[in-house]
Amino acid sequence: MSDAATEIKVPVVPAELAREPLVQNNRSFGWISDRVSAITEGKTPKWWWAAFVPSVLLMGLLGAMLFYQITTGVGVWGNHHPTMWGWDIINFVWWIGIGHAGTLISAILFLMRQRWRTAVNRAAEAMTIFAVMCAGIYPGVHVGRVWFDWWLFPIPTYQGLWPQFRSPLMWDVFAVSTYFTVSVLFWYVGLIPDLATMRDRAKTKVKQFIYGFFALGWTGSNRHWSNYEKAYLILAGLSTPLVLSVHSIVSLDFAVSQLPGWHTTIFPPYFVAGAVFSGFGMVLTLLIPLRSMCHLEDIITMRHIDVMCKVTLATGCIVSYAYVMEFIIAWYSGSAMEKFHFMNRALGPMWWGWVMMMSCNMIVPQLFWFKKVRNNLVLVFIMSIFINIGMWFERFVIVVVGLYREFLPSNWGYYMPTWVDICTYLGTFGLFFTMFLLFMRFLPMIAISEVKGVTPEADPHHPSAGGKGNGGKH
Amino acid sequence: MSANAKPYGLIAEFENTSSVLHAAESVNEAGFRKWDVFTPFPIHGMDKAMGIKNSKVGWFSFLGGVIGYASGMLMIWWMNAVDYQILVGGKPMFSPHGAFPPSYELTILFGAFGAIGGMMFLNRLPKLHHPLLKHKRFALVTHDKFFVVIETADPKYSESETRKLLEAAGSKRIEMVEE
Repeated sequence: MSDAATEIKVPVVPAELAREPLVQNNRSFGWISDRVSAITEGKTPKWWWAAFVPSVLLMGLLGAMLFYQITTGVGVWGNHHPTMWGWDIINFVWWIGIGHAGTLISAILFLMRQRWRTAVNRAAEAMTIFAVMCAGIYPGVHVGRVWFDWWLFPIPTYQGLWPQFRSPLMWDVFAVSTYFTVSVLFWYVGLIPDLATMRDRAKTKVKQFIYGFFALGWTGSNRHWSNYEKAYLILAGLSTPLVLSVHSIVSLDFAVSQLPGWHTTIFPPYFVAGAVFSGFGMVLTLLIPLRSMCHLEDIITMRHIDVMCKVTLATGCIVSYAYVMEFIIAWYSGSAMEKFHFMNRALGPMWWGWVMMMSCNMIVPQLFWFKKVRNNLVLVFIMSIFINIGMWFERFVIVVVGLYREFLPSNWGYYMPTWVDICTYLGTFGLFFTMFLLFMRFLPMIAISEVKGVTPEADPHHPSAGGKGNGGKH
Repeated sequence: MSANAKPYGLIAEFENTSSVLHAAESVNEAGFRKWDVFTPFPIHGMDKAMGIKNSKVGWFSFLGGVIGYASGMLMIWWMNAVDYQILVGGKPMFSPHGAFPPSYELTILFGAFGAIGGMMFLNRLPKLHHPLLKHKRFALVTHDKFFVVIETADPKYSESETRKLLEAAGSKRIEMVEE
């Protein structure tokens, strides 16, 4: 190929139309690995300990609460007739929903070639795994007799009994365990090249051995990259229908029942949108403080925050649509029970739950229409917490308000959580933050090789890489 | 350099993606077979430059998915309709609709196993011992440098000619790696 043939005149984009670069200040490849690895190297910062110690204590609280609940019985919770599902199921759905943003970022945005995902996908995937761990505790212990949990799995036993696969609760077992396994595998496959970076930087024999062991002997061979990239693409392609199915199946736990407010076809898409909405809320809650604590402002830029706010706004609008649509369907159905349920939802004794849900999930995200708001980190952080609260109340409205006043007025009751409910929930935060803090201290929390791949230098046709063209669009 | 060390190949270092891509093109054109490019991240267009065909990982994943779906359906049919029949609400003993969600999840699970297992098998990983991993300079491959390695086992390999080729491709630093 002659030099003349490669010189293609690409029109220069005017300044006002040019996109902000994904990595600010023209950082080099070496800078990216140094910056990200620095979080795991050197002295442990004080703020890390300040966050880690309370997290571990809270995790201990979780252990104590689970011990008390398992040894005493489910009666220590506020679950009583007619509200047989309470904070256990609310928190299960809430935590698992949070996980969904991680998979959306790692899989769906990958398929859509959203290159900004590289800065946040690793941390978001870790968030997914830890959130699913927190979620998984609840169905495990709310069955009451934890020592029979293995009945959930198709294991041949002396009884010759098999699980009953017509129940959506059984589908849930398969959905959640597959989700956890595939999320861990996807996360690990993404980590392999970065573990090799950690191996090659490690100063001590122990670190070299551990990182080297998990890096599987990765050399960065292009013949390997070729298979690796294909496997990564397929995993993204598999995780996309997976993440959509998981919260759909969680919603079927409700929708397959006959209860007014639960028995509706809008549930699967509405649950998935809500899950992504809440997950992005949590990603923002985690990454806004972390980017300044770990000095990652050049990698997780304001553009990243801006885009994530927009995704939150979009999913928030879908959720709001579902909230309104539920009322319209109830009115249009002509079913007295359905109508009563929704009147009770908004005006009954637990109206405050509905008001919290509507204000946090419908009104608060509307502020994201304004660029001024999206660029204000303090405001975005506060709003992200409101979204987490709002999505918790959404599940409260669905679970508790759906149950406490069903068909027969003689069957009505009220629901109050107990101190055990509250402490168990607080304890799951301990587990979540302990895991997350350990992750960010020992593993690269930014996908180093992927971020390098989206810099202009990585494009062999870009002038900064010695190329002759203008490069692709970054 | 110990006396009985067997040479593994020539390693040439490159500074940027453009030069390593062009070097790969020229090594490929020269007709080498046992050679590879080592980079901190996958470079767009490198597979074409090296003449690598489309990866076969997809077949492993497809096979995994088929096995997952079939085993899900068969398992549920056998457990609920054959081995221990439970009648629930007068519903049929086996229905593909009720069996679909778990089978769907198993499709994805086994498809993912297939993709990862296929990738590991095709890449012959884990392989914790590799001559290049002992080479000091090579540690920069996961940092910011790019390498082309031509193995001595290649039929076209000749120490002086191959070195000339890599020099002509623009490498400033060419060394011999030992086994």
